[in-house]
Amino acid sequence: MSRLQVVSGKGGTGKTTVAAALALALATEGKRTLLVEVEGRQGIAQLFETEALPYEERKIAVAPGGGEVYALAIDPELALLDYLQMFYKLGGAGRALKKLGAIDFATTIAPGLRDVLLTGKACEAVRRKDKSGRFAYDYVVMDAPPTGRITRFLNVNDEVAGLAKIGPIHNQAQAVMRVLKSSETAVHLVTLLEEMPVQETADGIAELRAARLPVGRIMVNMVRPEVLDATDLELVRGTARSSLAQSLSAAGLGGARRGGQAERLVAPLLAQAEEYAERYTLEHEQRAVLGELGLPLHELPLLAEGMDLAGLYELATELREQGMS
Amino acid sequence: MSPDPAKETKDSSRHAQDGTRHHLSPARTLDLDPLIDDPKTRIVVCCGSGGVGKTTTAAALGLRAAERGRKVVVLTIDPARRLAQSMGIDSLDNVPRRVKGLDDSASGELHAMMLDMKRTFDEIVEAHADRERAAAILGNPFYQSLSAGFAGTQEYMAMEKLGQLRARDEWDLIVVDTPPSRSALDFLDAPKRLGSFLDGRLIRLLTAPAKLGGRAGMKFLNVGMSMMTGTLGKLLGGQLLKDVQTFVAAMDTTFGGFRTRADATYKLLQAPGTAFLVVAAPERDALREAAYFVERLAAEDMPLAGLVLNRVHGSGAARLSAERALAAAENLEEPRIVDQDGGKAGLRNSPDTYGSSEPAAVPESAAVPESPASEPDSPVDPDRTVEQLTAGLLRLHADRMRLLSREQRTRDRFTALHPEVAVAEVAALPGDVHDLAGLRDIGDRLAAGRPELPETDA
Ligand SMILES: Nc1ncnc2c1ncn2[C@@H]1O[C@H](COP(=O)(O)OP(=O)(O)OP(=O)(O)O)[C@@H](O)[C@H]1O
Ligand SMILES: Nc1ncnc2c1ncn2[C@@H]1O[C@H](COP(=O)(O)OP(=O)(O)O)[C@@H](O)[C@H]1O
Ligand SMILES: [Mg+2]
Ligand SMILES: [Mg+2]
Repeated sequence: MSRLQVVSGKGGTGKTTVAAALALALATEGKRTLLVEVEGRQGIAQLFETEALPYEERKIAVAPGGGEVYALAIDPELALLDYLQMFYKLGGAGRALKKLGAIDFATTIAPGLRDVLLTGKACEAVRRKDKSGRFAYDYVVMDAPPTGRITRFLNVNDEVAGLAKIGPIHNQAQAVMRVLKSSETAVHLVTLLEEMPVQETADGIAELRAARLPVGRIMVNMVRPEVLDATDLELVRGTARSSLAQSLSAAGLGGARRGGQAERLVAPLLAQAEEYAERYTLEHEQRAVLGELGLPLHELPLLAEGMDLAGLYELATELREQGMS
Repeated sequence: MSPDPAKETKDSSRHAQDGTRHHLSPARTLDLDPLIDDPKTRIVVCCGSGGVGKTTTAAALGLRAAERGRKVVVLTIDPARRLAQSMGIDSLDNVPRRVKGLDDSASGELHAMMLDMKRTFDEIVEAHADRERAAAILGNPFYQSLSAGFAGTQEYMAMEKLGQLRARDEWDLIVVDTPPSRSALDFLDAPKRLGSFLDGRLIRLLTAPAKLGGRAGMKFLNVGMSMMTGTLGKLLGGQLLKDVQTFVAAMDTTFGGFRTRADATYKLLQAPGTAFLVVAAPERDALREAAYFVERLAAEDMPLAGLVLNRVHGSGAARLSAERALAAAENLEEPRIVDQDGGKAGLRNSPDTYGSSEPAAVPESAAVPESPASEPDSPVDPDRTVEQLTAGLLRLHADRMRLLSREQRTRDRFTALHPEVAVAEVAALPGDVHDLAGLRDIGDRLAAGRPELPETDA
């Protein structure tokens, strides 16, 4: 399993949720993972129901089995100041630059600069070792930008090509690229079983591959439970309404005679079954499209009661059972 | 923030006959046909957070307005591929194309286009600068990265395109989709943000040293410039800063300021004849965004027509609760021996208020075989199979009812916060919406305002 796990996907498909669940899943006994966020949205804090995360690694959860999950919200402005401090010993001038808005300006006119600061910080955490030579984190999981931007985001070398050809940022980009293009990294894409996210996943994989970035797995999220399968649906269509009415009646739902309560349930229940069948077919088509992409697929269930901490642990357990740790 | 909630909520018990909605504090039903038919309505903007159905709603409304006789253009942004194909706009060309296949009995027209932000930006440059200068701007590396997708460029260009379409005055009605961003507010804020940035202090410092002749100016400039050229130059490389300088200087003389331009299009949104529709799915995040947007529109004096609650689930059997459906399903799935007793016990205890006491009355259609003829040799007990299938149907129903009540709760929270907002509900269709027939269906549902079209076969 690669030590840097990048989670992307179409907006709203569950990148933040899946990244968090993955960080929990990978934190098996005695292990430590770092969950990083790069878009300044405090999605991790919301998910773990804690106050906003500072630009500082902190422990936010203990995983099932005892591993630890740390979290970090990377702030590109502060990361840049850190660099300037480290390489140019700017002191107070750094603060003045920030006050002038120059830091914001620099990261805005040069998005590649911002990206290399973000990925750089994550890669630094991947490589960091403690005094005994052990990795500080066994895994780093990144809640990354969406599919439409992920390739540019990770392909920092190209993005900073127009910037200064020498100096710390340039070296940083080189170092980052070495990690990102190696088997140390895996980029996973989260999708739903719907046309648009699946299309975006296919496009995203093609782009990542063209840029020689290591594509990991496809994480199908919010999968609805299969209540009836294709055979059942065929059987439903072939069953007399009267039999269904009788069966409903036998279950205690009223009279089966025309106009009886059970009989009046038959039409709407069959209508719901037809809707279910239509969606079932569509989902199967999308699953087939995903299957052709030739990557391992994982499926995470739709949590009917909505997402909360307990739900997150449930997803983490699910990922472990599917061999993601 | 919520002007007189009591006034409008009284007379709207139209949903009352729908069993799922009896506990609802009813919101006003949004009546869309009068809005799109009104010749005074010139612009409808569909806003909302990502994936809720803005593009679908915009296209469906445009189609409906056209089929009701108006000459309409729909500006879509990032439509699903098949939907774009069905409207004949799948190749980006940034100009409205007439959509074929309409019912034009009311002699309306539908034109559609897909926003190409880079092309739109290029066109602005070409329109405002002479050829030589335009070529210089278009070739500037900073311009190229700006137009290819800077934060806010898409929103800025969507506004710009709207302004252009409006200025052409060729259409009765312009329906605008908005870019897919996580926050609905981005559509309003991003253009100004980008405008301010490009017109901002640092860019001034970088670009106009000659203009700042004053002593104080010089002093500030020296400190600023030395740091800029020093540190930023080291970071960004001198070339990028030069590119930015030349770009801004070139744009400035021809274009008259990004911020000014953003402000001008913004005003269009406040003009009479513009109406906003907020689109949301009945989910917590989407409705929270919708609430922010509603409050913001009010603060900006921008007219909100209402909320389109898209992908709402309904049920024709809402009188059967999830709990009862599950209990009944379990009852049917119990092993046979237990089942016979349990089934009867269940029946005796069954609160059948309609008093149909017959356990298994044989209706007229009893001659129909009870299990599909396709499996004559099936070792499965046919009754057993029917019971299992019925249990499956009941489980599906229980899932549906749980979903319904979750959606209802989320929706009620929004209504409590904004009882003044009229709502049109659109049912979640089982499949995608990817052709004119699908759009027409959505249009019918939008106009009906209720999630379920009247049942025909019940
Ligand atoms: N398996 C699941 N079951 C139920 N709800 C889920 C599941 N996964 C995610 N969600 C919910 O879906 C919504 C979107 O999830 P999330 O915020 O993780 O997506 P995202 O891809 O990070 O979104 P964005 O693009 O805005 O960053 C959230 O409300 C989340 O709680
Ligand atoms: N009422 C609906 N029922 C079923 N599918 C829908 C409905 N509304 C939208 N969709 C589908 O949802 C997806 C996203 O819709 P879209 O209009 O592109 O959203 P947005 O523009 O807000 O991002 C599309 O595949 C669309 O076909
Ligand atoms: Mg997220
Ligand atoms: Mg859209």
